[in-house]
Amino acid sequence: MALDTLDQMATRPKARAVRESQLGLMWRRFKRHKLALVSLWIVTGFYLVALLAEFIAPLDPSAYNPRYTYAPPQGIHFVSTDADGRWNFGPYVYGYKTEIDPVALRRTFVIDEETKIPVQLFVESKPYMLAGVIPMSVKLFGVTEPRAPLYVLGADRLGRDLLSRLIHGTRISLSIGLAGVTLSLFFGIIIGGFSGYYGGWFDSAVMRVIEFIRSMPTIPLWLGLAAAMPKDWSALQTYFAITLILSLIGWTELARVVRGRFLSLRTEDFVTAAQLDGASDWRIITRHMVPSFMSHIIAAATLAVPGMILAETALSFLGLGLQAPIVSWGTLLQDAQNIRTLATAPWLLVPGICVVIVILSLNFFGDGLRDAADPHGR
Amino acid sequence: MSTLLSVENLSKHYTVKSGLFAPMRQLDALTDINLTVEAGETLAIVGESGCGKTTLGRCIINAQPSSGGRVVYHPKAGGDVELTALNKRQIKPWRQDIRMIFQDPMSSLNPNMRVFDIVAEPLRIHKVCKGRELEDRVVSTLAKVGIPADAVGRYPHAFSGGQRQRIGIARALVLDPKLVIADEAVSALDVSIQAQVLNLLEDLKAEFGLTYIFISHDLGVVNYIADRVVVMYLGHVVENAPTEMLFERPRHPYAEVLLEALPIADPTRRKGRKTEVRGEIPYLGNRPVGCPFHTRCKYAQDRCRTEKPALRPINGTAQEAACHFAETLELKGAYEDAPVTGTYA
Repeated sequence: MALDTLDQMATRPKARAVRESQLGLMWRRFKRHKLALVSLWIVTGFYLVALLAEFIAPLDPSAYNPRYTYAPPQGIHFVSTDADGRWNFGPYVYGYKTEIDPVALRRTFVIDEETKIPVQLFVESKPYMLAGVIPMSVKLFGVTEPRAPLYVLGADRLGRDLLSRLIHGTRISLSIGLAGVTLSLFFGIIIGGFSGYYGGWFDSAVMRVIEFIRSMPTIPLWLGLAAAMPKDWSALQTYFAITLILSLIGWTELARVVRGRFLSLRTEDFVTAAQLDGASDWRIITRHMVPSFMSHIIAAATLAVPGMILAETALSFLGLGLQAPIVSWGTLLQDAQNIRTLATAPWLLVPGICVVIVILSLNFFGDGLRDAADPHGR
Repeated sequence: MSTLLSVENLSKHYTVKSGLFAPMRQLDALTDINLTVEAGETLAIVGESGCGKTTLGRCIINAQPSSGGRVVYHPKAGGDVELTALNKRQIKPWRQDIRMIFQDPMSSLNPNMRVFDIVAEPLRIHKVCKGRELEDRVVSTLAKVGIPADAVGRYPHAFSGGQRQRIGIARALVLDPKLVIADEAVSALDVSIQAQVLNLLEDLKAEFGLTYIFISHDLGVVNYIADRVVVMYLGHVVENAPTEMLFERPRHPYAEVLLEALPIADPTRRKGRKTEVRGEIPYLGNRPVGCPFHTRCKYAQDRCRTEKPALRPINGTAQEAACHFAETLELKGAYEDAPVTGTYA
């Protein structure tokens, strides 16, 4: 009889509503936090862009064109009026014309509203590999006319398309945040877990080490470590080295969070009950303790991602993080370092706006997660 | 009746350091505890908070290591087992025989596990059974404590305090134990629910032939459920007596004070204010010399301040007390002016 009931429960969809899991409850609480929900969509959007960078970016990020150095942003327009005053719908961009500054005799580009270059979705392009695995030859959007300029967000010093570079930079900057946090989480959970579960002298020693690491000023430490990296390392090696350097500090925070959860859970009655059941330490940790603080860890990790992204941006901006052929938000902002460039090409600051949006969204998202994960919260 | 468990000279002390350079201090949570638990009885351990009753329970079940003495389990099949001498792996098989019920039903059930898995966990750990057999056993144990089969897929938060406590009882009983230690098992519950859980415990005891060690601070509950009562004060057993004898005429002044503190539900029989026990329970690290209770005892004499009384049988009866004047003191029981029997019946 008992079995029948269990089987029925497994198949009966109605029973689902009653048996709401911890995650289900968390998602319901999270949804009430509107700002966090919006942030979740923004963050998801950015990561989608990072994942599909080659497909979304209209041009090759390293293709330069000296004819269009510092070309201003074209923007994309959707409604045009033709000679008869009728409206036409369909995206297009304006072309450029060159003007010579009569005083400085400098060539500048201005938007030429006479020429309209139509923009099309899913245009054919040179074959490429999406994320390095899927062969494709279609871009999300682009121009079909050969040699027509497409600089939606403007061009940089070498006439490279800022939008395409920004999209590729998003991939590097966002993934370095995730990779750094993953690495930190790995160290944090293992070290913090040992520390919190067994306590004693190991715990004290680990805590003192963490305090020592956290008392060091981070920027000089990173500078020193980054400067110690061999110059002949490949782009990939540098990328992982930077990740490692960033998580060298990052793990301390997560280890503390994990340790704290272990300490408070260790005295919970249900953990004692499992011990008295004769469960092994491994079973207690994996079956009883980790599931009850996983949501907290995810929230803490989410809140650690923006720190990583900012740190990478700062290092690269100072020229000590990722180096030139790699495109990241930090290396893009390097172009915006001097005031004259900024005065003539303010659009080079757009990567900074992306940093602000992503950092804020990740913070709001992390806050929402943390509130949702807290069973005592309202 | 045969002895199921005996505690011999059990002691537990903690060393504490109040500051970086302060000397180590020793706190004696339990001093020389001697008691036996007979098969089939309900032994209550009472005392105010901080007297060591929970520590005693935890030391018996080896949830924390004791500092001295022995706890010996006498299984029916024969062959004594010294629980305090076993390591984690060696004690595992005996964990099936000795189970615990926890005080707080809110924190003793893992909030991330379904009720079915909570109750099935001990069976899985001890590899008692699996598959259909396991499901049947879990569901029937839950049915015995009144949790219907269609609720076993829910999480603990979907249940009330009384229901959760009954799930905790099911978890303790699913392994078919011999001895169950109930640490304040009903004190977190409403009075009406307390009665329900107490009656359930009584029924289950009869059905499975259980033995209980019932740790409580509520003498009303103890009077209802216990066959014998051990009164603890400051880590010592000060009185050990059959429930009726203790309530009729306590032999230790501390037991008298505890009984006097019992609330009387009838206003007409209330006689003014109750006499309070003087002073505070002394700090464990700074325990008085002589009788541990002499600082607060209204009958204390010089001898009590220097000489520590031993626990001894009074007038050859089953009642034991640790007081120099146990035979001569005329101590008030609870029955004469406030019959407490039947409160929960």
